[in-house]
Amino acid sequence: MTGKGFLRMLLGVFKRFVMTYVEDFRKGKKRYYTKEGIESRRKADVQGIFTIQYPEEKLPVPEEFRFLPFLVYDEGPNGEKDLRCTSCGICAKVCPPQCISIVRTNDPVTGKPIPQPKEFYIDVDICMNCGLCAEYCPFDAIKMDHDYEIASYSRQNNIYDIERLAKPVSYYAGIRPTNYAAEEIARQEKEALKAAAKKSATAESAG
Amino acid sequence: MSDDSLQSSNYDIPPEMQGTVSITSLDKVYAWSRKNSMWPMMFGLACCAIEMVVLAASRFDIARFGMEVMRPSPRQSDFLIVSGTVTKKMVPQIVRLYNQMPEPKYVVAMGACASGGGPFKEGYSVVSGIDKFIPVDVYIPGCPPTPQALMNGLIALTKKVDKERIKTSKWYSKGAEAAVPVPVLGPDLMDPRKYALIYEQTHRPIEPEIPAETEQKEG
Amino acid sequence: MSEEQITVVQIPDISLQYEGRVVKDARVGYSGFIVGAEHLLEIVQSLRDELGFDYLSSVTGVDYLPEGKMEVVYHLYRSIGGPALVLKVQVPRDEAVVPSLYHLFKSADWQEREAWDLLGIRFEGHPDLRRILTWEGFAGHPLRKDWKEPYFEEETKPFKSRWPEGITGHIEDKNPFHDNVQYPDGFDPETWVPQAEEALYTSAKKIGRDAELHTDTIVVNLGPQHPSTHGVFRMVAALDGEQVVFLKPVMGYLHRNHEKIGERNTYLQNMPFTDRLDYVSSMSNNFGYALAVEKLMGIKPPERADYIRVMMAELTRWMNHVFSFGFLWNDLGSYFTPMIYALEERELVLDIFEAVSGSRMMCNYFRFGGVARDLPVGVLDRVKELVFERMPRRLDDIDKMLTTNEIVRNRCIGCGVLTAEQAINNGASGPNLRASGVPYDIRRADPYSIYDRLDFDVVVHYHGDVYDRYLTRLDEARQSNRILQQVVRDIPEGPIMTGKPAYQVRVPAGDAYGRVEGPKGELGFYIVSTGKPNPWRYHVRAPSFINLTSLEDMCRGGKIADVVLNLGAVDIVLGEVDR
Repeated sequence: MTGKGFLRMLLGVFKRFVMTYVEDFRKGKKRYYTKEGIESRRKADVQGIFTIQYPEEKLPVPEEFRFLPFLVYDEGPNGEKDLRCTSCGICAKVCPPQCISIVRTNDPVTGKPIPQPKEFYIDVDICMNCGLCAEYCPFDAIKMDHDYEIASYSRQNNIYDIERLAKPVSYYAGIRPTNYAAEEIARQEKEALKAAAKKSATAESAG
Repeated sequence: MSDDSLQSSNYDIPPEMQGTVSITSLDKVYAWSRKNSMWPMMFGLACCAIEMVVLAASRFDIARFGMEVMRPSPRQSDFLIVSGTVTKKMVPQIVRLYNQMPEPKYVVAMGACASGGGPFKEGYSVVSGIDKFIPVDVYIPGCPPTPQALMNGLIALTKKVDKERIKTSKWYSKGAEAAVPVPVLGPDLMDPRKYALIYEQTHRPIEPEIPAETEQKEG
Repeated sequence: MSEEQITVVQIPDISLQYEGRVVKDARVGYSGFIVGAEHLLEIVQSLRDELGFDYLSSVTGVDYLPEGKMEVVYHLYRSIGGPALVLKVQVPRDEAVVPSLYHLFKSADWQEREAWDLLGIRFEGHPDLRRILTWEGFAGHPLRKDWKEPYFEEETKPFKSRWPEGITGHIEDKNPFHDNVQYPDGFDPETWVPQAEEALYTSAKKIGRDAELHTDTIVVNLGPQHPSTHGVFRMVAALDGEQVVFLKPVMGYLHRNHEKIGERNTYLQNMPFTDRLDYVSSMSNNFGYALAVEKLMGIKPPERADYIRVMMAELTRWMNHVFSFGFLWNDLGSYFTPMIYALEERELVLDIFEAVSGSRMMCNYFRFGGVARDLPVGVLDRVKELVFERMPRRLDDIDKMLTTNEIVRNRCIGCGVLTAEQAINNGASGPNLRASGVPYDIRRADPYSIYDRLDFDVVVHYHGDVYDRYLTRLDEARQSNRILQQVVRDIPEGPIMTGKPAYQVRVPAGDAYGRVEGPKGELGFYIVSTGKPNPWRYHVRAPSFINLTSLEDMCRGGKIADVVLNLGAVDIVLGEVDR
């Protein structure tokens, strides 16, 4: 019969419409504005209303999520900021659109480079959020941020400087706990190896 | 509010209406209603356009902000989302679309490309930011901004609209705003505002390169 | 089967057959045959008619500046499958004139125009050799190695100014015009007369005029800002009544210098840029590029990485096809509801991409010799839930709603017919080719990665209309689902990377063409390496671009209302069309 297929489509649409209410009744108020609610709305068996009510509730981003890069600093005991960056320049070299520029610090006396950046700029109007800088940084010093709420009324300050880029290691551990833990283990192993090598070296020289 | 302030030069009340109309707190209601029904123009450029479409779909659903009515015609839209890389071939059209929009009109530069050229900036056929051609109200960094980042930008736009007052806003002051000059495609893109500069630069003996190089290093 | 075996068995040594006219490309690392420009037409015709190389896939140029030569590279295939026959024509740089293959293969049409536009190679005998990606009047041919863009800093990346001096600031401030433009010396903007598109419009007006009845055609211009063109795409159509008698696509509104930037970039830096080609299915783009570079480097990814790659590529294909159903509905006039349904499915796949790669759309996930990182915990379970539960169910839903729907059937059946001969001649690929009755799928015709051990069917339908294109995509989505089920079942444990991750890879000199069956069709990357960290030539054979060649054939004789439908059914993404 002509029109049967069309009616079937309408039925399909109607079914979806009804399901939105059924799901709301079944789950009740728990479905919105709660963590479990958001999770349940992004599962494979989701039915009914799918909407995330931004800004009241936010879709959680996965650990690997990347937006803009930031620089990690270790916090000293007296609140000093110790940037992990050694200004080796690998991130500037690997950056596809070349939006990173680094000024290396030179020792005023000897003129030799000091492993610390004097200036560090990222032009966020060029950055393509590819994450290669974070991926190839040998010192875990540059990482990709999760903060995406950075719309502004002007782009005068869109070349981020070191002040704006630096964030504490605790922040990094907060947004990427798994990566952070793995890196810490690797770092400790490395240091243990180094210490062992040093020990044996001193033992050898002593012996 | 005194009568004097109502007769100030900022707005134009015809003589026969003087003393009969007043714009007081109605202003706020006006701004509130305006911010809650902003209609975007259905205009996608590049990668970001897909995220813009996603924003209109069920997960993010801009209908919650009264923005679901995407108008394909500039004549019916309130703001333009420049969603993606702006190429030189496309700039004349975008400027024309902007000129066709009714006032008050707003522009959102979505993503790195629209704000400042983005990763394609170094190329020969991409302009470094749409704000060189039309005024931009909100910039949203990211490549591409996630739908939530875009929503954050749109909320910023509604906040801006909400703050606008009839008395101070440029849209309601005397004199129509002149249309933005439309660029022309020549051997390269030509902005009519820069004709004098182009002439000056092309009719001058080329400077030796070495001083320019040193100047760059200093900069 | 090793690759060499295939080459020996299937590609004849045509330098023996056409002795004196064809020689083998003897450069180290290069493959293919060099033909003299004067013999090109006869040899290609003979290859097509006698040896069965009836599918001209890719035409591109390479500028060998140091040698003062311009090379045109042709990739020919047999539509029954097998590897490529690569033909090369070398001409002097200053006088780059090559005979056009337009009359043998229509797929050469736009690719030759592109080579003219970007490289300045003139194709003798091409009926419509205009610029295609830039505009008429543009100064210079940008892909020539001696052409410099206004923001030119250095020949290759990484730029030395970024480290350790770290020069910063907006680069436009260093340009005299404060924008990335440049003008020839003595150029006067006041006296410049823009080259109007008269040629385009007059040719549209000429066609289809009925001398007896004194009727006139109407020329209609669709786009570049049009809600139904799926991006910034423009068509000029001449109408006789409601019938389309002439249609010329105009593109380049999203030309982002992908290839020029690609030649400045190092090999790895190109990876995130490939994401932005077909931005709906970035994983497939990564795949093609990784394959091409791996071919040059002579490495193979480990088993697990191969499985992950195929998993991502098939998820992408599934997602892309579902997205295209949404667009089909949309183009049929059902305003936004179906799009919402399609995007809901897409979101769930994007969640997986985001968890795996960090970004929803621009995944940048593949590396040479593997993938960037292993699957995070829990992702595989989510994929399993999707591929065993939700995806088959949703496809059935779509099937139920669309396939027997009278509106869909009435609008789509018999609309935009492309015959098998036309499809092959036009270089159509992917679902467009298979809907016309040509069972050509690169995953089977020239297997790569692990596709040779996966169990799936090549979908083929025979009418070549919009409805069959839809059915092909639907069935293909089902096959993708089937592949995914096998992949998640069999995925082994193990390393995900051959060798150490390195930000600068060593690529030996030579040329390679890597191709994958993307969701849109054959996605190929032609790369020429000189052994330096940057590719000398980086060309993308974009399926959307070449599929569009068929658009005129599909639309001619149909109604203007169906143009939108045809365009939607070709399934284009402008990022790939214009690059």
